[in-house]
Amino acid sequence: MARLILSGPLQKLVGGHAELQIDARDVKQLLRMLSERYPALAPHLQSDAYAIAIDGEIFQDIWFAPIGPDSEVHLIPAIRGG
Amino acid sequence: MNDMTFPKLARQDLKIVGTRPLRPDGVDKVTGRAKFGADIHVPNMLIGKVLRSPHAHARIKSIDVSRAQALRGVKAVITAADLCDLPSEFIPAGEMMVNFKDMTRNVLAREKALYEGHAVAAVAAVSEAVAAQALTLIDVQYDVLPHVMDVVEAMQDGAPLLHDDMFTIGVEPRPAKASNIAKRVEFGFGDLAAGFARADVIVEREFTTKPVHQGYIEPHACLASVSEDGQAELWCTTQGQFIVRAFCAKLLGMDVSRLRVTASEIGGGFGGKTVVYLEPLALALSRIACRPVKMTMSRTDVFRASGPTSGAKIWVKVGATRDGRITAADALLKYQAGAFQGSPVQPGAMCAFAPYDLENVRIVGFDVVVNRPKVAAYRAPGGPIAEFAVESVIDEVALGIGMDPIEFRLKNAAREGTRAPYGPKLGPIGLVQTLEAARAHAHYRAPLKANQGRGVASGFWFNIGGETCAAMNLGEDGSVAIVIGTPDIGGSRASLSMMAAEELGIPLQQVSAINGDTSSLGFNFLTGGSRVTYSSGMAVVEAARDVIRQLRERAAKIWEVTVEEVEWVEGHARLSAKGKTLSLAELARTAGKTGGPISGNAALNVTGAGPSLATHLVDVEVDPETGKVTILRYTAIQDAGKAVHPSYVEGQMQGGAVQGIGWALNEEYIYDDKGRMENAGFLDYRIPVCSDVPMIDTVIVEVPNPRHPYGVRGVGETPIVPPMAAIANALSHATGVRFTELPMSPPRVLAAIDAHRGA
Repeated sequence: MARLILSGPLQKLVGGHAELQIDARDVKQLLRMLSERYPALAPHLQSDAYAIAIDGEIFQDIWFAPIGPDSEVHLIPAIRGG
Repeated sequence: MNDMTFPKLARQDLKIVGTRPLRPDGVDKVTGRAKFGADIHVPNMLIGKVLRSPHAHARIKSIDVSRAQALRGVKAVITAADLCDLPSEFIPAGEMMVNFKDMTRNVLAREKALYEGHAVAAVAAVSEAVAAQALTLIDVQYDVLPHVMDVVEAMQDGAPLLHDDMFTIGVEPRPAKASNIAKRVEFGFGDLAAGFARADVIVEREFTTKPVHQGYIEPHACLASVSEDGQAELWCTTQGQFIVRAFCAKLLGMDVSRLRVTASEIGGGFGGKTVVYLEPLALALSRIACRPVKMTMSRTDVFRASGPTSGAKIWVKVGATRDGRITAADALLKYQAGAFQGSPVQPGAMCAFAPYDLENVRIVGFDVVVNRPKVAAYRAPGGPIAEFAVESVIDEVALGIGMDPIEFRLKNAAREGTRAPYGPKLGPIGLVQTLEAARAHAHYRAPLKANQGRGVASGFWFNIGGETCAAMNLGEDGSVAIVIGTPDIGGSRASLSMMAAEELGIPLQQVSAINGDTSSLGFNFLTGGSRVTYSSGMAVVEAARDVIRQLRERAAKIWEVTVEEVEWVEGHARLSAKGKTLSLAELARTAGKTGGPISGNAALNVTGAGPSLATHLVDVEVDPETGKVTILRYTAIQDAGKAVHPSYVEGQMQGGAVQGIGWALNEEYIYDDKGRMENAGFLDYRIPVCSDVPMIDTVIVEVPNPRHPYGVRGVGETPIVPPMAAIANALSHATGVRFTELPMSPPRVLAAIDAHRGA
């Protein structure tokens, strides 16, 4: 299964875990799964304040980016720029 | 992008990409034909003006506009009551995360005025003189409150509270008491204590930076026209017409389809034109008056009421072994957000140590509100502030272990596969190549004299993609018109036309590009995040490939063969088997007969923007009698992935370096004890002019981004990241004094030298 790695503040919202095993084919499935399993995390995910990095590539607001079975996934703040 | 169809570096045999043609907007700009924000005039137009708060922090008890409304020639007066009040929630507007409760209060103060210059009311009248007179007739009753300007003071218990409903996000459990701390962020991994325990040398310092303005030469300006049936048009100077549409429609309670926004030529933005100030006011005034309303900011208004970037307090600690490996790195960032939350502390924290491959790292950041204008994005938002501190400490650590600062950076440089402090592993990046280019550059070996010093610093910026559309229309004569939806700030009409011509295989002179209004394309995110040559370029390439597909189909019909038999080679359809060719112009001329006009389109949400890294070298000379710092020589080295038009890339690198020189040496907001800005003009807020800087030498490094058909990375923001640290390092080497506070202006430098002599 893919691994989801969480930074400090987000770890507190998922019971202190730094890493979760995830069974999701794409970003949309991942977001739904996380929201159901960790309700405290849900508002952060729904706010679109976060992007998903899959194997080093950052996806902002893209639901159908594929997640491979061995992917390393990070939840990171969305980047906007000037 | 969604389907990731682009092959890795599909094109190597480039004929146009990488050359330096004349810029397509040059003639209009040097002859005065180009229309900037304030250049639009229409019949029956009114002039709008804004009444601004004289107080840094005050409760608004009442606003009486009756006398202004009664003045002959006044056609509309508005206050916050004329805009929608909106709940506090962060929601996407386009791709921006915005809190419309804050936005509506920033464009027109509601319960409180939160900074000097905060807009309180606006009028539209038949002339500027009448509008100005009307402002004097608006009676605002204030209850003046204590104010706070400093980020550290604002974080203290008992500091004047700007928002009584602000509870720090990112702290669990949620604080019970409201404060000025909007948010706490944290990134990192590893074991800091163990890392510092292994270090032979540890350097720990605190740094201070001041808010600085983007300093765009063109002030904010717009013209709004709302008709009696609610259809609205808006012309404005902006980095994103679609974002302006989204923001204004929300603030005025309109459907986006009823508002058409056209972006003018833009006289600089640097992130500061990604927000709205006058635009919703002009629309609201026009909606009442049913006449066009033009509004422009004065330079004073720009300084007092539009967003600078944050001032900050930063603490950094770095440990390293004598053989030059960093063992641990720790940072605490406190960024001013201005009057409403939303400082760039988060990207600052993510950038801080991003140039380095670290085992043990932590960055904590705080977003703090103060009684200053709300900050806006400024070129690599947050990055320059954090890396001023980090790169200064890196220099001092290198000095502490007796290692050349470039060698020290090379030993610790992030590479492909390095885990960034914010989590993911980095793709191909070019930091090492910039450091090696710096080490090999003649500048690095040039001799220095007394009172002179040389500094080095590196910098990182992410770059982004985002929602992007492009259209490509073939004219009947074979010319090609591209429509894009991202304002051209840094030469994108040139770079996009070049990529289109390269794809189509035709001369560049046959291609022209325009920036379309919001009704001409699907949604486009704004020009920002160094994304346009990358993202709009991707869309233009895809639109060109769509056109080529249609051209091959038309040729196949004419030749009565299958489309698979038709190649597209150097601007021609070619049927190799029979030795036949048809040019793009020939196919365009017969398009009506072969199926109708030919138009290519692309609509993408682009990903894969690779980070850009840079290393800067600078030599300074200090006058020990006055503290004046002269920049003697400056070399900016940056990874551009692929420079589509190298002259524009060099221009970005030079511009970023010069803005950084201003930030480092002179620029700061000066306030009196009542929180009123005292230097709201370019005479007293000193940005660099040509005579202040030498020619900025540039070296473009090209480590291709594998996710772009030509290898492009964004280049616009990274070059402002290294200059402050590079100059501080140079100054420290020239004087023997470590400089930790910006700007390093003559009085501050002289005081530091004198204190050092005294010690």
